[in-house]
Amino acid sequence: MTKEYKTISQIAGPLIFVEKTEPVGYNELVNINLPDGTTKRGQVLDTSNDIVVVQVFEGTGGLNRDCGVRFTGETIKLPVSKDLLGRILSGAGEPLDGGPRIVPEDRIEITGAAINPYARLPPKDFIQTGISTIDGMNTLVRGQKLPIFSGSGLPHNEIALQIARQARVRGSNEPFAVVFAAMGITNEEAQYFMSDFERTGALERAVVFLNLADDPAVERLITPRLALTAAEYLAYEHDMHVLVILTDITNYCEALRQMGAAREEVPGRRGYPGYMYTDLASLYERAGVVKGRKGSVTQFSILSMPGDDITHPIPDLSGYITEGQIVISRELHRKGIYPPVNVLPSLSRLMNSGIGATRTREDHKAVSDQCYAAYAEGKDLRGLVAIVGKDALSERDKKFLEFADMFEDRFVRQGIDENRDIETTLGIGWELLAELPEAQLTRIDNKYIQKYHPAHKAKQE
Amino acid sequence: MKNKGEIYRISGPVVIITGLNTKMYDVVKVGNEGLMGEVIGIEGDKSTVQVYEETSGVRPGEPVENTGMSLSVELGPGLLESIYDGIQRPLPVLKEKMGDFIKRGVSANGLSREKEWDFVPMIKKGDKLNGGDIIGTVQETKNIEHRILVPPAISGTVSEIKKGKFKVDEVICTLADGKTLTMMQKWPVRKPRPVSKKLTPSTPLITGQRILDGMFPVAKGGTAAIPGPFGSGKTVTQQQLAKWSDTEIVVYIGCGERGNEMADVLYEFPEIKDPKTGRPLMERTVLIANTSNMPVAAREASVYTGITIAEYYRDMGYDVSLMADSTSRWAEAMREISSRLEEMPGEEGYPAYLAARLSEFYERAGKVKALSGKDGSITVIGAVSPPGGDFSEPITQNTLRIVKVFWALDAKLAQRRHFPSINWLNSYSLYTKALGPWYDEHVSPDWVKLRNDAMELLQKESELQEIVQLVGSDALPEDQQLTLEVARMIREYFLQQNAYHEVDTFCPMDKQFKLLKSIMSWGDKAHNALDGGAPIEDIMKLKSKDDLAKVKYEKEFDTALGVILKTMEDEFAKLRGK
Ligand SMILES: Nc1ncnc2c1ncn2[C@@H]1O[C@H](COP(=O)(O)OP(=O)(O)O)[C@@H](O)[C@H]1O
Ligand SMILES: [Mg+2]
Repeated sequence: MTKEYKTISQIAGPLIFVEKTEPVGYNELVNINLPDGTTKRGQVLDTSNDIVVVQVFEGTGGLNRDCGVRFTGETIKLPVSKDLLGRILSGAGEPLDGGPRIVPEDRIEITGAAINPYARLPPKDFIQTGISTIDGMNTLVRGQKLPIFSGSGLPHNEIALQIARQARVRGSNEPFAVVFAAMGITNEEAQYFMSDFERTGALERAVVFLNLADDPAVERLITPRLALTAAEYLAYEHDMHVLVILTDITNYCEALRQMGAAREEVPGRRGYPGYMYTDLASLYERAGVVKGRKGSVTQFSILSMPGDDITHPIPDLSGYITEGQIVISRELHRKGIYPPVNVLPSLSRLMNSGIGATRTREDHKAVSDQCYAAYAEGKDLRGLVAIVGKDALSERDKKFLEFADMFEDRFVRQGIDENRDIETTLGIGWELLAELPEAQLTRIDNKYIQKYHPAHKAKQE
Repeated sequence: MKNKGEIYRISGPVVIITGLNTKMYDVVKVGNEGLMGEVIGIEGDKSTVQVYEETSGVRPGEPVENTGMSLSVELGPGLLESIYDGIQRPLPVLKEKMGDFIKRGVSANGLSREKEWDFVPMIKKGDKLNGGDIIGTVQETKNIEHRILVPPAISGTVSEIKKGKFKVDEVICTLADGKTLTMMQKWPVRKPRPVSKKLTPSTPLITGQRILDGMFPVAKGGTAAIPGPFGSGKTVTQQQLAKWSDTEIVVYIGCGERGNEMADVLYEFPEIKDPKTGRPLMERTVLIANTSNMPVAAREASVYTGITIAEYYRDMGYDVSLMADSTSRWAEAMREISSRLEEMPGEEGYPAYLAARLSEFYERAGKVKALSGKDGSITVIGAVSPPGGDFSEPITQNTLRIVKVFWALDAKLAQRRHFPSINWLNSYSLYTKALGPWYDEHVSPDWVKLRNDAMELLQKESELQEIVQLVGSDALPEDQQLTLEVARMIREYFLQQNAYHEVDTFCPMDKQFKLLKSIMSWGDKAHNALDGGAPIEDIMKLKSKDDLAKVKYEKEFDTALGVILKTMEDEFAKLRGK
């Protein structure tokens, strides 16, 4: 049994300061015993011979200087076993479902060591999500981290769930295991996820961590790390392909900011800590494929952009780390288009390695590039039309204007249970491109035009 | 004070130690596991140390030892084809020693002590040697001859010189005063290696990227920055440069960026052939990968590790190019450490010495006469990642004050998949003039004018676009409509270049010239035809115009272009006849 100290000298926000301890390790797990017999947990943020600073996960409510503090001598670990699947745990990893405690096969440090870049395998297995704007234009691959950048009131949860239901690697029928971590979302939102998991049977192959809006904010700093530790364990020890959904990254960052403020740190941009990039990287970079291991960790997290502003530090720093982003548009949502994905600012950086002749289809890249260019041009023209009227447009420009409308209506729009395979998606792309003059298809090699363009295809058949 | 002290305080990567006699930048071994760290501040009997490894679980009171050495890299044969972390630990060795994940407390030599190299001496007994002299060679990779250099501070008369197979730490040369030389030398990373003198860059770095070579070239020995928001093309451009630049050696630093991107390079570079030598690119490359989730202090060091290795090859007389992706992450590492030190923050929390560090780094670029008498160069290309894509932030601004070439990435262009998304109106190169004579001699006496004409057209386009935004393009006079069309051709047919297209990914100078010349001459002919009364609709519909769009993708470019030029002649002749 480790020694109990009753030497709290100060309590400030989520932090306590403890004096006159024996040497305490950096990042060590701490138990704090309250007079009422309950225990809270914390972690060492700064340690010296004079004073130890501890952040308390469950918040410092109810703490006073009489509390006993025990340093456990080890960093925070998650007990893991295959029985994690099907379980619902709190944001601190305690069972919430009335089930037994996890009998651990192992206890793993939740900070997670960095994958040696030399041990990584570049991700390249195409995941068909059945959503055209993703599969066709921003392809997701196994081992990628591709978040949804959304905003309040937008249907990001629906999209995330549609992906969790439909995602498949073609030619393999292995389903994904899902690790779902809620950080500061409402109970109602959490229920929405849970009931969908139950309805589709996904819960059996899911691990759920719930830190809800009324749970302590500091706990949010460990919730995603618990989730990622569980995911890595299932992927690398049990050969599973794991889809991790963290929601909402913004709540996580707010907790980080709160901690920084409590520690009176010099803030970086807009009050967020200067180390937020590094901290977020320690979450996002835990996606990937490791040479010689069968499983993989794919991240599809949700981030709501404060004020719909993509230059806000949270989406900005995320975008600098993740392998692209799927951007949800309020404008498309208002037009009644589901899923309201704005493809223009969206990006999948790993698309190029996941598509092409052997993976999807040889013309995929060309079709995607051409749709991008044409849609961008058509959207620009909308602005012009608002000023000069449609009649002032040339014939060519009118075609592009129409293309943009059709693209939103037929390519972007689809049903919430509509699962399009990649051929269907590319087929729609070609139908729309066929409405443009053929000479305008400058991004597409002639050989693909001959082979796939509806006008030529019809002739061949 | 003594050589053994103890830990007083730990806060993340910053550790304060007491009771140890230290100098600034001494490397110390921290804690029971001997984690590597570097002294970055001294106050009273306390020293502040940045630790290059994770510090979880480390406690006050654990021992600290001073190695008395500054943070150094090992220089010698075996650097090429290596992939290192920020402090020159080979990642394959780390994987072997600690598995797929980076744990800590493991040291690893930068250069293998096992491997033997065939040393061929170039000097003989009795020769007088000075620092920087070449004493012999080793064939490091198929095309790169590694020249073994006398360390800068050493001189003397040769009393013995060997020949044959040696390991890097075996003596190959002894001097009269008893000093011995091996194939390996160490150099402190924060200190520039000395040169005889700096020269003025006068040759362009040929990159095979049209917008770079054609519009905004960087000279060998020059400096360039490529700032842009996320997803605008910093990394792809840097990787294109690493692949296709015509330097003999490439040092690529992944500083605080993605693990998968480094894995990509590792898988790709051994497969891709250097267009000049036909050998795998990896054979001329040194990779440094300290990704965003690896320790932040080692990220700070990675840039210095890279430039020191670059200087070493420069000193052998090679042209070296160095890409740092991204210098912003390096600066942020400085900021993180600085804020843990509770230093007085400057702009946006960056330390006050930020500007000085940036310019010291870029100052290590340049074309030089090395101590050996050979000419060598380092071209430095730094990516910058401005928060929110806002170029007014401190890293971008401080960098632009130093570098001579600015490739301004533009998110708008990236969104419509115009790649490379380098904005042709905002970018600049201060080398164009100095490089003029080289183009006259090696490309064509027409090149400089051709490029200027094209740039002027693009400038004109942007003025016309403003009018179009108000009245629509149909309201413009026909000759201006034609000007817009030719400008579009320059943008789409010439400036756009797909890094993932097997042919278009690399475009030699000669092809660049022919392509641009054909587009411009189509424009001239079209304007003549219009003046001669040909209807603009007919001109716009010419097949030769559409053909020019895709000719860059042709494997047999010259043949394909020949056919198009013929079509062009015929079509315009016919228009005149009408
Ligand atoms: N020259 C290019 N050719 C084709 N695609 C490109 C080119 N440059 C960038 N891209 C595309 O843009 C994406 C983002 O580029 P990247 O260099 O990773 O951006 P950054 O490093 O600025 O965040 C890439 O994944 C690729 O799809
Ligand atoms: Mg990048």
